[in-house]
Amino acid sequence: MGKPGSLCRYSQCGYTLAVMASDTDVDALLPLPPATFHILLALADQDRHGYAILQDIETRTGGELRLSAGTLYRSIARMVEQGLIAEVIRRPPARDDDERRRYYRVTPFGRSVARAEMARLAELIRLARARGLTPEPA
Amino acid sequence: MTLYRALLRLYPAGYRAEYGDELHATFVQRLRERGRLAPLVGPFAALADVLPNALLVHLDLLRQDLRHAARSLGRAPGFAVTVVLVVALGVGANTAAFSLADFVLLRPLPFAEPDRLVKLWQGLPGYGRNELSPANYRDWRAAARSFSGMAAYTNREANLTGAAEPERLEIARATPELFGLLGVPAALGRAISPADSADGQVVVLGHGLWQRRFGGDPGVLGTPVRLDGELYTVIGVMPPGFRYPSRETDAWTPLLFTPDDYLDRNDTYIYGIARLGPGVSLRQASAEMTTIAADLERQYPKENRDTRALVIGLRDDLSESSRLLVLGLCGAALCILLLACANLASLLLVRGVARARELAVRAALGAGAERLVRQLVTESLALAAIGGALGVALALYGTPLLGRLVPASLPVRDQPSANLPVLLGAVVLTLLTGVAIGIGPAVAAARRRSFEALREGVRAGGGRTRRVRATLIVVEVAASAALLVSSGLLLRAVYRLQSVDPGFRSENVLTIRTALPWTTYSLTDRRERFYRRVLDEVRTLPGVQSAAYVTAVPMRLKGGIFPVAISGEVSVTDASNSVALRTVTPQYFEALGIPLEEGRDVAEADTRTSPLVAVVSGSFARRYWPNRSAIGMGFTLAGEKRAIVGVVGDVRTRGLEQEGEPQVYLPSSQMADSAIMFYAPKDLVVRTSSAEAALLPALRRIVAAADPDQPISEVRTLADIVGDETAPRVTQLRLLGALSLIALLIAGLGIHGLLAFVVSRRTRELGVRRALGEETGSLVRRVLREGVVLSLVGLLLGMGAAWAAATGMGALLAGVEPADPLTLIAAAALCLATAVIGGLRPALRAARVDPVVALREE
Repeated sequence: MGKPGSLCRYSQCGYTLAVMASDTDVDALLPLPPATFHILLALADQDRHGYAILQDIETRTGGELRLSAGTLYRSIARMVEQGLIAEVIRRPPARDDDERRRYYRVTPFGRSVARAEMARLAELIRLARARGLTPEPA
Repeated sequence: MTLYRALLRLYPAGYRAEYGDELHATFVQRLRERGRLAPLVGPFAALADVLPNALLVHLDLLRQDLRHAARSLGRAPGFAVTVVLVVALGVGANTAAFSLADFVLLRPLPFAEPDRLVKLWQGLPGYGRNELSPANYRDWRAAARSFSGMAAYTNREANLTGAAEPERLEIARATPELFGLLGVPAALGRAISPADSADGQVVVLGHGLWQRRFGGDPGVLGTPVRLDGELYTVIGVMPPGFRYPSRETDAWTPLLFTPDDYLDRNDTYIYGIARLGPGVSLRQASAEMTTIAADLERQYPKENRDTRALVIGLRDDLSESSRLLVLGLCGAALCILLLACANLASLLLVRGVARARELAVRAALGAGAERLVRQLVTESLALAAIGGALGVALALYGTPLLGRLVPASLPVRDQPSANLPVLLGAVVLTLLTGVAIGIGPAVAAARRRSFEALREGVRAGGGRTRRVRATLIVVEVAASAALLVSSGLLLRAVYRLQSVDPGFRSENVLTIRTALPWTTYSLTDRRERFYRRVLDEVRTLPGVQSAAYVTAVPMRLKGGIFPVAISGEVSVTDASNSVALRTVTPQYFEALGIPLEEGRDVAEADTRTSPLVAVVSGSFARRYWPNRSAIGMGFTLAGEKRAIVGVVGDVRTRGLEQEGEPQVYLPSSQMADSAIMFYAPKDLVVRTSSAEAALLPALRRIVAAADPDQPISEVRTLADIVGDETAPRVTQLRLLGALSLIALLIAGLGIHGLLAFVVSRRTRELGVRRALGEETGSLVRRVLREGVVLSLVGLLLGMGAAWAAATGMGALLAGVEPADPLTLIAAAALCLATAVIGGLRPALRAARVDPVVALREE
C-alpha cells in the first residue's frame, strides 16, 4: 500500500484489491471499455504518467483515439479502484519526469484482465473467420 | 488555464484532491498541441472536457455508494425495513391527506374565473345560511351594483318516462343567467337562454344522462322527453365536467317566476349565485348587500325581520365540519410525519454510533469527511426513496377511499385522487426526509473521525447527543399523544352522536322513493288510490310487518318547515311557530317504531269528508298545552283548522346533531287537491322481519303494476340513512384512529431503540453499579426513569397541542369538551404504557449486565 492519503484517499482501494483478485472477477470486468483496454496496453511495457498514456494511445491508433484529460482520469480512477493499475511511488528517472507527475503501472490482476480481454477478442475473430468473414470486402 | 481550475470544482472534492493537479497538467499539455489556436479553443475544450466527465464521476460515486448502502443495509434488514415502513407511512399519510385537502379546499372549480363566483344566502340569526325567496332575489338583483351577473336555481326531482324504464332525475331549475355566469358553454346545442322564458318547456342534459339514457346520440337535440308527464324539448348537452349545482345533477330546466311566486317573502327555496363585477372585492360586494338587505328590512319589517344578505366565495361555500374534517386529517398526517422523522433520526443516530467503528476504519483508510457524509446521506436517501415510493403507492391506492369525506355539495365530478402537484410535494418531502435524517448522524460520524473510535469500548456520546436523544423522545411522545387525544375526542363525539336516540327504530326498515309527478297526481284521490294499492300488496308480502307512505323519512328531508297557528292564521314563519310538516298513511308510526303516546294513529277513515285531524309530536303538544292533554285541541295550518287525535314521540328530523322542529303529521288522505303538493307522500317505508334487500324485486313489481311509468329511486335501509349522519365522522375517526395506533407503535419503537442504545452505551457504568452492589430493581428503575420522565414532558406538550387543535375543531366534537377528562386520562395512560413497554426490554437487559463482562470489555 502506498503512502497514506495519496493512493487510497478517493477509492479506499485497500480492500477492493483484496476482493477483486479471482477468476470470476476477471470475467465480471469483461468486455473492457476500449479506453480501459488501451490504457492497459499503454502501460504494458512501461510505467507512464497521464499525458504519456494519452500520447501513446494516440500514436498507436494513428490518431484514431484521442482521449480528453477528464475521460482519461475517470478511467484511471476506476481502474485504480478495480485494481487493474496502481500508482507507482518510485518514479523512473525518465527525462520528462516532473515533480507533479504520478506514474501508473499495470497490476498482475490488470495483466490477467488484459489477457482475458485479448482471448475474448481473439475468440470473436476466430468465430468470424470460421464463417468466412474477413475485414475487407471479398 | 484558470477556467479549467475553476471548472474542476464541479468534481467531487475527494476526486479533485486526488486527480485535480494531474487533470490540469494533462489538459494544459493537450492544449499546447493546438499551438496558436490554444487560447481560442481553450475555454470550449475545458467545458467539453469537464462537464460530462464531472457528471459521470458523480454518477460513479453514486453507484458505488448505492452498492455499499445495499450491502450494509443487507446486513441490518430489520433496520432497513423499519426505516422504509416509517417513511412510507409518513409520506403516504401526507400525500393522501393533502390530495384530499387539495381536492376539497383548493383545486379551482371547473368554471371560468371561479374565484370571482360567490354564493348568496339569506342570513337569519340562529339559522346560518338560508335559501332566498324569489321576491328578495328579485330585489337584490335589481339593487346590487357589485355583480356582473346574478342567477338563481332550485333543485327538483322529476320522473323521466319514455321507452326505457322510468327513472328519477335530479334536476336543477335555473334562471337563464346561470350558464353565462358560470362561463361554461354547452358541448352540444345550447344552454338555457332568456329566450326560453316564453314557455320554459326545454331541457339541457348533463353529459352522464346523455350517455346513459340517449347513448351519446348527437341527434338528441330537438327530441321530446317526458318529465313528470310533461313534454320538454332537448336543446343542449353540457360537457362532462359540468356538475353545477351538485355532483348528482342530471339535467337543467328553466326556472321561471310567476307573479304569485313573489308574494311570500318567507317562502325561501331558491339558491343565489353571482359573479363579482370587475375590480369589485368580496368585501365590497358584501358591504353593498348588507345595505340592500337593511333597506329591504325597513321596507318589509315583518317578513324580512333580521334578514341579512350573506356573500360567500363559491370555493368557501362548504360546511364548517367538512372543512374541519379535512384539515384535521392534514394535521394528523403532519403529526405522523413529524413522528416519522423523529423516529428515523433516532434510528439513524443509533446506527451511526453503532457504525462508528466501521466509519473510523474507513476514515483511517483515507476516506475524507465529505466522502463519509456523502455515503451516509446516500444511504438514508436510498431508504427514503424506497419508503417514499411505497408511500406514494399507498396514497394512490388510498386517496379515492377518502371519498366519503368529500361533501356532496362540491360541484366537481370525480373522486379525489392523488395529483401531480401533490405527488411532486411527496417527492420533495421524501428528499427532505432523507437528507434531514441522514445529515445529522453523518456529520456526527464524520466529526468523530478519530482513532479513538477504533478502540472497542466506545461510550455514549456527551451532553449534546444526550440532549438530541431527549428531544427525540419528547417529540415522539408529544406527536403520538396529540394524535391519541384528538382521535379519543372524535371517538367520544361519534359515540355520543350514535347514542342519540333518533326517536325511531332504524333497523329492519327498507325505504324506497316513488315520487308521484305533480302533473298527473295533483288530485288527492288519485294519489290515495296509488298508495292504497301499493300498500295493500306490500303488506301481504312474507316478512312484512308494517308498511306506510310518508312525505319523506326523517334525516332524508331535513327541512319541510311550515308555520302553524293556534288561533287565526299566520303567514310568517319564525322559530316560535314552525313545525316539521309530514303527511302520512296509516301504519307510519308502527313502521318506524315511533311510540304512540296518546290517542290514535291516522286512519283510513280520515278523508276529506270527515273532520280534519292531525297527529303531533310530544314537543308540539307541550309547546302549546304544557300542562294538559293536547287531544282534541285545534290549530290552523295552511288555512285549515285541524283537531289533534294523537300524540307521538319526537323524532330527530334534522339529523342526529340537532333537535328538529316539533312535528305535525297529517293524514295524506286529508290533503286538499293541488295544495301543499311538496308534502305529498313520496317515501314508502316497510318494516320487515326478513332481509330488507330481498323485498326489492317484489316492491318493484308492485309499483310497476300500480303505475308502469313510475320509477323507484333512493333504495336505502333506514339504518343506512341514519348511518350517513355519522359516516364522514366515522371515516375520519377510523383514519385518525389508525394513524394514532401507528403513531403509538412508532413512538414505542423509537423509545425502545433509544433506551436500548443508552443501555448498550452504559454497559460499563451499569456493570460498575452492579459490582458495587446496586439492586436489580434499582437498575431497572434507573433506566426506565429516563424514558418515563421524558415521556411525561412529551405527554404534556402533546396534550397542549391536542387541546389547541380540539378547540379549533369544536364543530366536529358534537359538544364533547376539548379537555374531556376521560379522553385525556386514557390517552395519557396509553402513552405512558407505551413508554414503559418500550423501555422494559432495555431496562431488563441493563439489570442482567454481568459486571465481569462489562468491565472486561474495556
